[in-house]
Amino acid sequence: MSHPVVRCRNLTHRYGGRQALAGVSFELGEGQLLGLVGPDGVGKSSLLGLIAGARRLQRGQLEVFGGSMAMGEHRRAICQRIAYLPQGLGRHLHASLTVAENLRSFAALFSLPRPERDRRCTALLASTGLAPFRERPAGQLSGGMKQKLGLCCALVHDPDLLLLDEPTTGVDPLARRQFWQLIADVRRVRPALAVLVATATMEEAADFDRLLALDGGQVLAATSPAELLARTASASLEEAFIALLPAERRQRHRPVRIPPAPPAAAEVVIEAQSLSRRFGTFTAVDGVDLRIQRGEIFGFVGSNGCGKTTTMKMLTGLLPASGGQAWLLGRPVRPDDLDTRRRVGYVSQSFSLYGELSVRQNLTLHARLFGLPGSVRQARVRDLLERFDLTAVADRLPSALPQGQRQRLALAVALIQQPEVLILDEPTSGVDPVAREAFWQELIQLSRQEGVTIFISTHFINEAARCDRLSLMHAGRMLVSATPAELARQRGGGSLEQAFLAILRDAGGGAADDPPAGWAAPMAMPTAGRWPGRWQGQGGGFSLQRLASVAGRETLELWRDPLRAVLALAGSLLLMVVMGLGISFDVDNLRFAVLDHDGTSFSRDYADTLAGSRYFTATPPLGDHRDLDRRLASGRLSLALEIPPGFGRSLLRGSPVAIGAWIDGAMPQRAETARGYLQGIHGQWLRERDERQQAPRRPPGEAGRGEPVLVETRFRYNPELRSLTAMVPAMIPLLLLLLPAMLTALSVVREKELGSVVNLYVTPLTRLEFLLGKQLPYAALGLLNFLLLTLVATTVLGVPLRGSLATATLAAGLYVGAATGFGLLVSSFMASQISAIFGTAVLTILPALSFSGLFDPVSSLTGLSAWISRIYPTTHFLTITQGTFLKGLGFGALAGAFLPLLLAIPVLLGLSVLCLRPQES
Amino acid sequence: MGPLRLRWDHVRDLGVKELWSLARDPFLLGLILFAFTVSVYAGTKVSPETLQHTPIAIVDEDRSQLSSRLRDAFLPPYFQAPRLVDADAMERRLDAGLDTFALRIPPRFQRDLLAGRQPVLQLQVDATRMGQAFSGAGYVQRIVQDEVRRFGGARSAGVPSENGASEPVELVIRARFNPELSRVWFGSIMQVINQVTLLSLLLTGAALIRERERGTLEHLLVMPVTPLEIMLAKVWSMGLVVLVAATASLQLVVRGLLQVPIAGSLPLFLAGTALHLFATTSLGILLGTLARSMPRFGLTLLMVVLPLQMLSGSITPRESMPVWVQLAMLVAPNTHYVILGQGVLYRSAGLATVWPQFLWLALIGSAFFGIALARFRRTLGAAG
Repeated sequence: MSHPVVRCRNLTHRYGGRQALAGVSFELGEGQLLGLVGPDGVGKSSLLGLIAGARRLQRGQLEVFGGSMAMGEHRRAICQRIAYLPQGLGRHLHASLTVAENLRSFAALFSLPRPERDRRCTALLASTGLAPFRERPAGQLSGGMKQKLGLCCALVHDPDLLLLDEPTTGVDPLARRQFWQLIADVRRVRPALAVLVATATMEEAADFDRLLALDGGQVLAATSPAELLARTASASLEEAFIALLPAERRQRHRPVRIPPAPPAAAEVVIEAQSLSRRFGTFTAVDGVDLRIQRGEIFGFVGSNGCGKTTTMKMLTGLLPASGGQAWLLGRPVRPDDLDTRRRVGYVSQSFSLYGELSVRQNLTLHARLFGLPGSVRQARVRDLLERFDLTAVADRLPSALPQGQRQRLALAVALIQQPEVLILDEPTSGVDPVAREAFWQELIQLSRQEGVTIFISTHFINEAARCDRLSLMHAGRMLVSATPAELARQRGGGSLEQAFLAILRDAGGGAADDPPAGWAAPMAMPTAGRWPGRWQGQGGGFSLQRLASVAGRETLELWRDPLRAVLALAGSLLLMVVMGLGISFDVDNLRFAVLDHDGTSFSRDYADTLAGSRYFTATPPLGDHRDLDRRLASGRLSLALEIPPGFGRSLLRGSPVAIGAWIDGAMPQRAETARGYLQGIHGQWLRERDERQQAPRRPPGEAGRGEPVLVETRFRYNPELRSLTAMVPAMIPLLLLLLPAMLTALSVVREKELGSVVNLYVTPLTRLEFLLGKQLPYAALGLLNFLLLTLVATTVLGVPLRGSLATATLAAGLYVGAATGFGLLVSSFMASQISAIFGTAVLTILPALSFSGLFDPVSSLTGLSAWISRIYPTTHFLTITQGTFLKGLGFGALAGAFLPLLLAIPVLLGLSVLCLRPQES
Repeated sequence: MGPLRLRWDHVRDLGVKELWSLARDPFLLGLILFAFTVSVYAGTKVSPETLQHTPIAIVDEDRSQLSSRLRDAFLPPYFQAPRLVDADAMERRLDAGLDTFALRIPPRFQRDLLAGRQPVLQLQVDATRMGQAFSGAGYVQRIVQDEVRRFGGARSAGVPSENGASEPVELVIRARFNPELSRVWFGSIMQVINQVTLLSLLLTGAALIRERERGTLEHLLVMPVTPLEIMLAKVWSMGLVVLVAATASLQLVVRGLLQVPIAGSLPLFLAGTALHLFATTSLGILLGTLARSMPRFGLTLLMVVLPLQMLSGSITPRESMPVWVQLAMLVAPNTHYVILGQGVLYRSAGLATVWPQFLWLALIGSAFFGIALARFRRTLGAAG
């Protein structure tokens, strides 16, 4: 053996103030299988993340394939030799894509030649038994199948190092067996493959070559399982591990002993009779019968998606049953039965507590909601914190805690109101052995001492064996219900696990989950014939194939959730029509009223002239000044006129007289327009009066000679002054900014939130390829949107397109590139979808509405806003849409506006690449 | 025993939980701060569709004393100093959208005028700039006519003129409530109103979807908590956050930084804001139940926020909109909130004047709340 595959020295990693790894050193050679074992939160995942290159190295040395992982260059060069299956069932898979599509998209990231890729995909799917399900979306696979798909995706590029982070957590016993069988087969075919597995399940670890026992970020032991057993003089690895723990931790551990169940009290606490649940045509639960007695621990075993969770939800009243009946504590289950809720504690599979509340706050909130009075509440919370060993972390956030502690907290929360029944949906999945033992101590205490009835679902055989009775569920049906001992004796020849496997096979479960016998044969083929040019010239540089893979995947996802695209297209059309018609600059029908102190024909004539114009509408006359004030203040009057006493007489005499006018200044632009109209009508009235007086002396035809000059006004581009014509070309840039930016921003942040962004960290995919691939489908959608908007604008709304459509389309292409670039930029530094929505809304609506010339010409702006407007792409696209739609311009006249658009794309993309982290910190 | 009883302590406790969630999200807090400071401040610097620094170009083919006086007649703040260009440049600048107006003074203009031949000036208006085109064209004409008249008056200064000096009837125009017709006064408060709407919709709707995605919403339902309590908790807590932020923004940014005098009763306005928030937070929850996933919610939010902001009367006056838009916008809380805000803050209107808006907001809010609650219950698959 030349280099070890992995070598680390004094590896140290911290999250804020918490030490995850404190000086870990070990080596992993070619062809070895090393198991990382230890409780939750000891740094197993951090270690794997570091080796995969998903996390940034902080301190210590880490060499993988002979080079330091601190060097980006080296990481990129070797990342295709590593396969990483992160924790969390299929979190890195794309849920809406099918099995085959997922596999293909992973293969494309590693630049496999197409024939090779297809060959390997087919072989892998056949080997894992997934071939019949190639068209099923990954999100609808069972846990075991998800992990098999994950393994396929990891093996598709023929790696030399396989990193598996708790691959069988949350997987049922049968699927777990099959998974390890697969790994064994792969290692037989590829003897050089080095495998590093993190696991919290000690039973699995017995089959590993070597073990690295971790605790508190430090290595407790690095040896083979057999040696470990010998050294600690233990019968099982679980015991051995516990023996390795520091004394004070070990003391807290007590082996689980189950006192016999109390004699049958004969009180049935949970009962179900032919309980069924259908979702559409799919029957999730099919005629389940249950009778669980007080104080019993009733186990529920079955593969993922077999209906366990659905059954439990029906029993808690969260989900109405489609058929059958259920009783809890002697009362029929009803969703609005708040009193029964008080007597039942429920820990759901997905329940992750309130991540933003501290441990203590979580407990206190639940105590309050269950109506515990103040004094009792504090004592109870303190009690539970102590009992579940959470006092030290009481003020930490649950998200910062390891899974085991989180699960303890969830149980503590479920116990806050001292329920008579506990319904626990896989409470121990992902929890390490020590924590699990402690958890069971609690359950036994609750059951035996406090008479709490416990209904628990689990994947662990040893947990199932501890139940008083258990039942096995498969495909919505309950296959068997008995005590563990009976079951083991009757079906398994003394072994509970064998009994399960036998029953499942009988039920046909094997058909779906069993691997075909001949794994080695198809696997051998692709492995033996390594494709030419393997790993040459990859990793570095820019790959169109990877880009196309990301873009293709995104397009597929958009296609699978068409509502998003439909919402964007239809919504933009609707908004264009509504806002185009709604926003009118034609200020008319301004309401006015007159306070007439004169009451002569002259004053009435003045008011009539005003009322006669289309700009003003008369309302009942004003009585006095109080009336005037009141009506102006109410906003129902835009203009109030006061005609003084003796107005008519002064007019006749020719002595100066003044009319008072009050304009509602609350809306300055309306006031300004009103003032302009009023002055115009006033002048007109004066001239007409003048002319009427002098008319007899003047020759006809010279009526217009009142003014010394004529101003001939030409309204260009929109001579009929139609608001719609002016507004629609202005609305298009607004809509084409907001919607594509929002769509793009969310698509990237969603990957961050769901976890599939890890593929960016550990595959040869570069940030530019990733972002560009995300951007392209939405830019294409945006361009389609533009064409659709243009079509509706010109046909339905009658807006002319006087200039070149080609120019407008070209500009739209660049503009949606910039708009989606905005989305990328927002998403590259935002962590959650809410912030992305918020950020996009805040950063686009205001500048687009205010600084891009939508209402105000850019040349009117000053200072900061002028500066923003000059670089904001909407400004320039607006010039182009107005130019092409209304001004009849072609490319030549608008070329100046193209340059900023052209520049915006690389600038935004470049900034996004810089802001997006290449690794987790 | 009844399933419909409402426990106010639950509403309080769940609301406090919402506040904690928000307090631990620095991004959201930062964005709220940004919205109520930078956005409000920057937003007031714009003056939708008004004559302010309006760009105008002059093609002077006369080069006379009068034409240069005309050039000097266009003054800030309404106009920018006119740009003197030739005919080609005028076309180009109009095409590029750089000028809204272009005035062309023909050759021999002054001479023709003095000869009493009524010369013709050509005014080109970029009618794609509707707002400026409308009010501006008349304004430009008046400036020209006044200047020409003054020129005539100055020429015959020796002879006392009978009607050139003053009009027989003077029109004294005063603007109430905003004597200077300052756009900052108007814009700042409308910005606050817009941010109130955006934030309240977003905070409630997105938070609801996030809870559902994380599964914590379902968990609440195994506890003795009803959907009504959950909804009320979200409404009061998020409403309170926005109310506090809006108050601070009015006091510190609008009154303090922008020096806008607020004439009316701030408490009355805040009471109206609270009522508006009741409606918008309920609407946010309704959108949250309709959208079901964040990306859809983001799009739906834009679809709702844009018309709310643009058609509520905070950008262009309601009177100018087509009747059907006016009627349709009556069900939008923003419309009434904008009327209320203008009435109370600018015109010092009291409750006696704005009670209809309060009533409208209460009605709309109750309707939204009712619909949202019904949907919320249905999506949770639970009653009570």
